Amino acid sequence: MVAVLELIDNLAGQYGRDRSSLLPILQGVVKQENYLSEYAMIEIARALNLPAAEVYGTATFYSFLEYKKMGKYLIRICKTITCSMKGKNQVLMAIEDMLKIKVGETTPDGMFSLLQTNCLGFCHMAPAMLINFDVYTDLTPEKVREILSGYLNKKGGADDTRI
Amino acid sequence: MTTKIKITINEKQIEVAEGSSIVDAAVCAGVIIPTLCFHKDLCVAGNCRVCVVEIAGQKRLSAACATPCEEGMEILTNSLKVRNARKQIIELLLSEHNADCTLCYKNGNCELQKLASDYKIMTQDFIQLAPLRKYQIDHYSPSMIKDDSKCIRCQRCVRTCAEIQGVSALTAAYKGDRMKIATFFEKPMNDVVCTNCGQCINHCPTGALVERNYIEEVWDALANKDKFVIVQTAPAVRVGLGEELGFEPGTRVTGKMVAALKRLGFDAVMDTDFSADLTIMEEGSELLMRLKKVLVDHDPNVKLPLATSCSPAWIKYIEHMYPDYLDHLSTCKSPQQMFGALVKTYYAKHFNLNPENIVSVSIMPCTAKKFEANRPEMHDSGYRDVDYVLTTRELAIMIKQAGIDFLKLDDRSFDQIMGASTGAGVIFGATGGVMEAALRTAYELVTGREVPFENLNIMPVRGMEGVREASILIENPLPDWSFLEGIELKCAVAHGLVNVKSLMDSIVSGESQYHFIEIMACPGGCLGGGGQPIPTNPEIRRKRALAIYAEDQGMPLRKSHQNPEILKIYSEFLTEPLGEVSHHLLHTHYTPRERF
Ligand code: SF4
Ligand code: SF4
Ligand code: SF4
Ligand code: FES
Repeated sequence: MVAVLELIDNLAGQYGRDRSSLLPILQGVVKQENYLSEYAMIEIARALNLPAAEVYGTATFYSFLEYKKMGKYLIRICKTITCSMKGKNQVLMAIEDMLKIKVGETTPDGMFSLLQTNCLGFCHMAPAMLINFDVYTDLTPEKVREILSGYLNKKGGADDTRI
Repeated sequence: MTTKIKITINEKQIEVAEGSSIVDAAVCAGVIIPTLCFHKDLCVAGNCRVCVVEIAGQKRLSAACATPCEEGMEILTNSLKVRNARKQIIELLLSEHNADCTLCYKNGNCELQKLASDYKIMTQDFIQLAPLRKYQIDHYSPSMIKDDSKCIRCQRCVRTCAEIQGVSALTAAYKGDRMKIATFFEKPMNDVVCTNCGQCINHCPTGALVERNYIEEVWDALANKDKFVIVQTAPAVRVGLGEELGFEPGTRVTGKMVAALKRLGFDAVMDTDFSADLTIMEEGSELLMRLKKVLVDHDPNVKLPLATSCSPAWIKYIEHMYPDYLDHLSTCKSPQQMFGALVKTYYAKHFNLNPENIVSVSIMPCTAKKFEANRPEMHDSGYRDVDYVLTTRELAIMIKQAGIDFLKLDDRSFDQIMGASTGAGVIFGATGGVMEAALRTAYELVTGREVPFENLNIMPVRGMEGVREASILIENPLPDWSFLEGIELKCAVAHGLVNVKSLMDSIVSGESQYHFIEIMACPGGCLGGGGQPIPTNPEIRRKRALAIYAEDQGMPLRKSHQNPEILKIYSEFLTEPLGEVSHHLLHTHYTPRERF
């Protein structure tokens, strides 16, 4: 993990400082930081010589570019109709129950955030969710508890395999 | 030669230039197609759809603003299909709109309201979404108010701020039904890079962006018998005000404006042109002093080019975007603030008034002036130098409220002792005007001769080109200025911050070297300011500019240093340009800001 400023500088070096590099740089920052802070956006604007508001406009347009501080593990559960029909609500309740947070919230220890997402393209294996960049499908309340337990046990451990 | 093509609009065949949009072509056919997101100053967005028309052979309706004419095109602008679609589009816009027109500042001058009125939208067939949304009003800025509940998301403001101003304080954030016009992290306009220029206000078709008005405060002051209310009027107001009150664009209404202000009850009606002349004395001297320090003393701390400082939106822009270049700014306050500082000192002393009882009001073509008057730097008289700033539009509102029949007013003239001006002061209202005025005085000061341009008209700095350059060779200067012999004084003028940006970048990169640059934030200079009558477009701005130069041409005195009241203030109060009193009252410094 490098400091955000250094990360932005590296990314700008890698992708170039044109306007067209904005998206890959935003993605690169989200990959490491899980979200785009005000500070990060200002520095990206500076690095690319873009208006900061434009960076903000771009970041808020894309669902997978978070602009609020997110937990270490970001859960996105699919909210579309197929997943709903196949028991997404029960799965969601199980998650909320286990982590004691509602959709849009982050656990006080900063480990988990819970969000809903549009279709992940896994309707045939619904309900589906993402934790960071890993997909979990055919979810049931039992299965999701098991998955989360795995993350909970990992929490605090040195092995960070989330990316 | 552009190729001409034949098209048919509502069964009338016309010839238009290839590539012209249907909206423009319709005008040639005598048809007006309603528009909202379209604006002559801006690139086409095509997002509101009220301009839809039917094109023969095409199933779907097309946006007339975004569709170029093609040979043989048959266009219907008023078919049943078009009318129904258009009406529904307006209804849909209104269903998301907080349409409480009677409580709205734009009531009576709103493009959305006009459409609703033209199309007699009298039912609400769609679910009314506005009450369901948690809109916030941003009223933290002393210059402007942003009310998202009135926004139709046409993005004219976003395009204005990006294309005309190069600032991009506003952006379209989020998406779909949550899309909204936002600043960086939805901070208040007052906390971001926004320059308060008000161009977005001038281009907003609704009441979503308006000036913060101080009309009631000024009425209160006028009604208070203990207060002595002084008003100053900026140069560009006299060539704009008429548009709000029944005159054609480009009509000069100086005398009527003074008469109206007297009728409104102001105790003294004076002229910002006076302090524009004063600015020239101070800034011209500053330029010469800087030239000497750089060319003779080789003082590394003195910076050239000297940049004018009368445009408060430019000041805020440079503070945000080029903070390392603040030393290039002239230390002169703007004419408005010089005037304010003098009203509560020089004027008060002369007429034996207690400055505490003076209310100083200014009428400006500008919304950034409201912010400027509110700056902590602007209290050098010991009081707030300018208490209330009204835009040209607000003055027009007051004149209407007072029931004054403006067209029938007899001309009156400005009061003393800060009401006299020269043509040089007047042209401050147009891009290039400060430069021209400064050169008229500085050149004469240095050489003892008039500027070598016919009739004192320095044509190279006039016009509407975004960046203009001029140079004057100095020959045979007076003995005091012998170090300027053979120097070619290089000047540049820029207006519209997007052009300012390119000028500044060329200075930063070292590509351009100037001695003196004039910057005005708004297109056309103050005459195109964010407080001027709406609508605005290149044609209207050109007419206002012609009026400014005609006003200059008609003045008996046209050089700042000839203004008798300027000579008087130096002999009685200020002693000399850049002197101690000037330094205290008329000069200031600014501070760097963040770039978001
Ligand atoms: S913005 Fe226009 S339509 Fe909306 S409330 Fe104001 S005047 Fe009426
Ligand atoms: S604020 Fe005005 S100009 Fe900007 S999108 Fe809204 S309605 Fe259009
Ligand atoms: S006032 Fe000027 S700088 Fe501010 S948002 Fe509007 S156009 Fe942009
Ligand atoms: S005016 Fe044509 S789409 Fe808005």
